[in-house]
Amino acid sequence: MIRHIDLGSVLRGAVSEQYTNLVTRPTGNAVRGAIEAILDDESEDGITVIDFTHVGLLDYSCADEIIAKLLQRYDAREPADQRGAVYFVFRGLNDLHIESIEWVLHHHGLALVAEPVDGEPHLIGDVDDASRTAWAVVGRIGACSALVVAEQSGLEPTQAERALVDLWRRRLLRRENDQYLAARAVS
Amino acid sequence: MSTVINVPSSLDDAGIERILEQLATVPVDAPVLFDARHARWGTPYGLTAMLTIGQTRGEKATFSGPESEEIASYWARAGFYKHADGIFHLAGHVPRGRTPGESDVLLDITPIAHSEDVHGVVARIQHKAQTILQSLHIDSKATMGFAMTLSEACQNIIEHAGTGGWVAVQVYEWRKRLGRRVVVIAVCDAGQGFRRSLETTQGRRLGDRWDDGAALEEAVLRGVSRFTDKGRGQGLAGIRRYVGRWDGKLTVRSGTARLSIIPTWDDDVPLSKQLPAFPGAQMQIVIPERLTR
Repeated sequence: MIRHIDLGSVLRGAVSEQYTNLVTRPTGNAVRGAIEAILDDESEDGITVIDFTHVGLLDYSCADEIIAKLLQRYDAREPADQRGAVYFVFRGLNDLHIESIEWVLHHHGLALVAEPVDGEPHLIGDVDDASRTAWAVVGRIGACSALVVAEQSGLEPTQAERALVDLWRRRLLRRENDQYLAARAVS
Repeated sequence: MSTVINVPSSLDDAGIERILEQLATVPVDAPVLFDARHARWGTPYGLTAMLTIGQTRGEKATFSGPESEEIASYWARAGFYKHADGIFHLAGHVPRGRTPGESDVLLDITPIAHSEDVHGVVARIQHKAQTILQSLHIDSKATMGFAMTLSEACQNIIEHAGTGGWVAVQVYEWRKRLGRRVVVIAVCDAGQGFRRSLETTQGRRLGDRWDDGAALEEAVLRGVSRFTDKGRGQGLAGIRRYVGRWDGKLTVRSGTARLSIIPTWDDDVPLSKQLPAFPGAQMQIVIPERLTR
């Protein structure tokens, strides 16, 4: 299943009808709490689109409070193959959102799937070159095995396998049997 | 009888140091008259720090403002008198009312105590910042970064001061030091300061070396926070990054020390210690006009 969470609406509902900017830690904390409440209501695993389209400014503190803590919670709390796994896609990001988010992600050694306003979906944050290459292959050709990724990318099969497993554990890719799928939503 | 403290003609960061030097030997409960009648200039830092100094006095001090109508009017437009009215006994010429328009003030002096105050400041600055920064030949993309920097600077008060503070933003010509226009953010509070804020987590580690200067180095240069959460401390690091990108200057003063991130156009010292004590923390961010070929 795919859940769509409009962050602008969450901000207005959880904090103030007047706000369009995601600034300050208390605001980030309230927004993350609202997102977690939505996710806790859903027992099914799947892709969750966090949509930034209606968000103005995102400062570092808020990015840390919302994105880093959200990723950490759903990354570390349970193994990726159990039920309730959440694969996040961050949509509608502009250059300045990305700048704040990347800063925070690198600080924590995290990464996420970004669907920016302009440009193709890609990974941002702390990801090595092999993983980035493997992710791009899966994104381009769809569900495929590590062997196919190796053939398409020029990575060694063991290197491709390692990269894919790492991406799956970080919930940047989904896995069904021996096939890997991009954790991303179709618009 | 009140001790008269002469406010220098330039009420800027250097002027505030002169005031603090004069106050160093005056007991906090002693009556004081701040004589600013001959002041010719006031920066956002000077004006917000002046309010902060007023807040630290045990007995409500008297403030005698600039005799120059032009200067007094500017200080009024910057919001100084509005807030000074509750902090000082105002003597001498006090401009009444505010000049409508306030077009030359990017953000008048605004109290910061809660998260919603930061939202308000960011929303207000976004309307004006793009135009102002473009006039300084700074990339329009810098506008959001500027607002972000302002947000993080204000949050420093909420997170660490333990009390409210002040923020102000202004654009002006910095003739003496730079010969260019600058946009300046000033954020001041009279709270617990960096040393006390970090003492529990960092003081023991540094032992005898622990003082206001060491606390500033930990917070500003190493991104250390009093919170153990790994994500903390990124705000000041983000401010440093923004300031560096736009060839700006960052100065943070707390207690008896002042730390500066210095661009090539300035000859300040990186760390000053044993300054006259000033409670809380005071931050100044200066972003200069970019030279076009």
